[in-house]
Amino acid sequence: MSTSAITPVPFGRRVKRIMADRPLIPLTILLVILVVILQILRPGIVNERWIANTIKFAIPLAILAGCQTMTMLTGGIDLSVGTVATMSAFIMATQIVSQDPAVAFLLAMMPAVLIGLVNGIGVGVFRVHPLIMTLGTSLIGTGCLQVYQRTVIASGAKIPDFLAWLGTGVTSGFPNALLLFVPLAALIVFTLARTGFGRLLYAVGDNERATRLSGVQYWQVITALYITSSVLAGITGLLYIGLIKAPSLSLAEPLVLPSVAAAVIGGTSIFGGRGGYTGTIIGALILTVLTTLLTILQMPEGARRILFGLIVLFVTAAYLRIVEDR
Amino acid sequence: MSHFPRRQGWVIGLFALLIVLFIATKLIQPGYGSGDFGSLARAVLPYAFAVAAQTVVVIAGGIDLSVAAMMALTSVTAASMMAGASEEYALFVVPFVLAMGFVLGALNGLLIVVTRVPDIVVTLAMLFVLQGAALLVLGAPGGAAAEWLKALISGTVPIPGLPDGVDAWLPKALLVLIVCLSIIWIPLRRSRLGLSIYAIGSSELAAFRSGVPVKRTRIVAYALSGLFAAFGGLALTMSTGIGAPIPGPYLLASVAAVVLGGVALGGGKGGLLGPIVAVFVLRLVRTDLTLLAIDPNVTAIIEGAIMVAVVMFGAFITMRGRQ
Repeated sequence: MSTSAITPVPFGRRVKRIMADRPLIPLTILLVILVVILQILRPGIVNERWIANTIKFAIPLAILAGCQTMTMLTGGIDLSVGTVATMSAFIMATQIVSQDPAVAFLLAMMPAVLIGLVNGIGVGVFRVHPLIMTLGTSLIGTGCLQVYQRTVIASGAKIPDFLAWLGTGVTSGFPNALLLFVPLAALIVFTLARTGFGRLLYAVGDNERATRLSGVQYWQVITALYITSSVLAGITGLLYIGLIKAPSLSLAEPLVLPSVAAAVIGGTSIFGGRGGYTGTIIGALILTVLTTLLTILQMPEGARRILFGLIVLFVTAAYLRIVEDR
Repeated sequence: MSHFPRRQGWVIGLFALLIVLFIATKLIQPGYGSGDFGSLARAVLPYAFAVAAQTVVVIAGGIDLSVAAMMALTSVTAASMMAGASEEYALFVVPFVLAMGFVLGALNGLLIVVTRVPDIVVTLAMLFVLQGAALLVLGAPGGAAAEWLKALISGTVPIPGLPDGVDAWLPKALLVLIVCLSIIWIPLRRSRLGLSIYAIGSSELAAFRSGVPVKRTRIVAYALSGLFAAFGGLALTMSTGIGAPIPGPYLLASVAAVVLGGVALGGGKGGLLGPIVAVFVLRLVRTDLTLLAIDPNVTAIIEGAIMVAVVMFGAFITMRGRQ
């Protein structure tokens, strides 16, 4: 900034100002740039089908990143989302064989609520660091899932038609998953921006002591938050199994770290108090397009991971520069 | 002297817990002897280095999510360099790999300091980078380790003048661990640099105002973490004889042992002894569960539950202490 003060570049400064005030603009520009690069590398790839496909794969990531956004607003993080999503997906796929769909759904959501509750109590009441707490519960969850797998190994698994329709189906160009995602995203955005609970999340993350002195029951907010996060993760699991169609014990595990990255790229501060869900959605889209791009370049898996890491780091750093210059 | 038990209370408690666990092991399996202790020490070795790597950064007020990936990368580098090479060549490989860990760790710190991105995100990104690099070095588990390196951690240390029965309880792996950690940690703890690491973890602002070079200290803390992780990677190669490009479960284990070892996650508190004892405790619990013939999957649940319970208990105690 100091150089621009000596030699004023009004236009550049104005652009920077706009970008800093509306963080969504630079993110959207980045997304467009990535799509353009893709189009240049493989002319004709960007069509209706590709867009529908990209959105389909971005949605589970975006919902999980929503869990991260909400928990990060309070200065926390939820690393158990992968395990929770895997558990609900796996239980759904195995229970649907013998149970009524509604019963199977309830059974599938049970571990999600339970893990969320334990996370919430650990973080909210016992004040354990969220990173440790959620890593621990995810370890326990994975163990339980492995034991559970033994008991159902004979019964086999099947993907409910409805979930397959929701996960992979496309109706007149729009992925069916949007039917679930649009209301969900609207609800999250509305909750964060317009309701008391949303305000409490920002407040707790911004200054925990002040909120507690103002009479907020910290543990209640945190418990409700982690249960919400876990339930969202459970729903993601159901959606994801309809998309991937192969129940495994590490189904959603690869989504965990990208979900954190999506939230961070989307401008949510990992220390709490700042951020929002719209940025996160674009962050998830950016990561999905990026993955496609790296796949298309036909790099070896190793190089792909290296680039992925570097780009996440670079985008976050560049984004912080823009926003912090205010 | 009076404040010694209070300051070291947590570590003493851990030692007591360890002894109780040893007694329990002996009760479960009356045949548990020096040989089993040796294999415990060998199993602990990579975990202990991972924990040491995590401890340094946590004390400095940070966290390193790339520990396991760093171990994978250093392990495959060492294994692929030693494959088909002479025994003497390994003398060059070991310092090279350690230096590599140190430099990559310093890069972690440098990125955190320069980009001002939160440490958790930087090390997360580095996790991907290091993992990718490990896959590029070695696509599948393979490579080899020099014989003298493998011999370094197997067997026991013969001490002249002591009966064999006592000798047998001092496995080489334990000695390697103690030597490697103490030649780095003890001088560090007594130096100005060590004090600076505790200072920036305790309060970055206060440290800065007292003239501590915060940025440089942070970089060094991460570099040391990389160095310990490289030791861990070497230990992996030494104990398995190969290198595997897939990171093991060391990240979670290291964070768990750090917390169990009485190092506050906010930074500035604790030492290295606690976390190392904690690793032994956690591994021994696993041994006991295996000896009790419990399903390994149930073992994972119990381990996780113990970890969560211990962490909750620790947090509870701290909360009580503050009131």
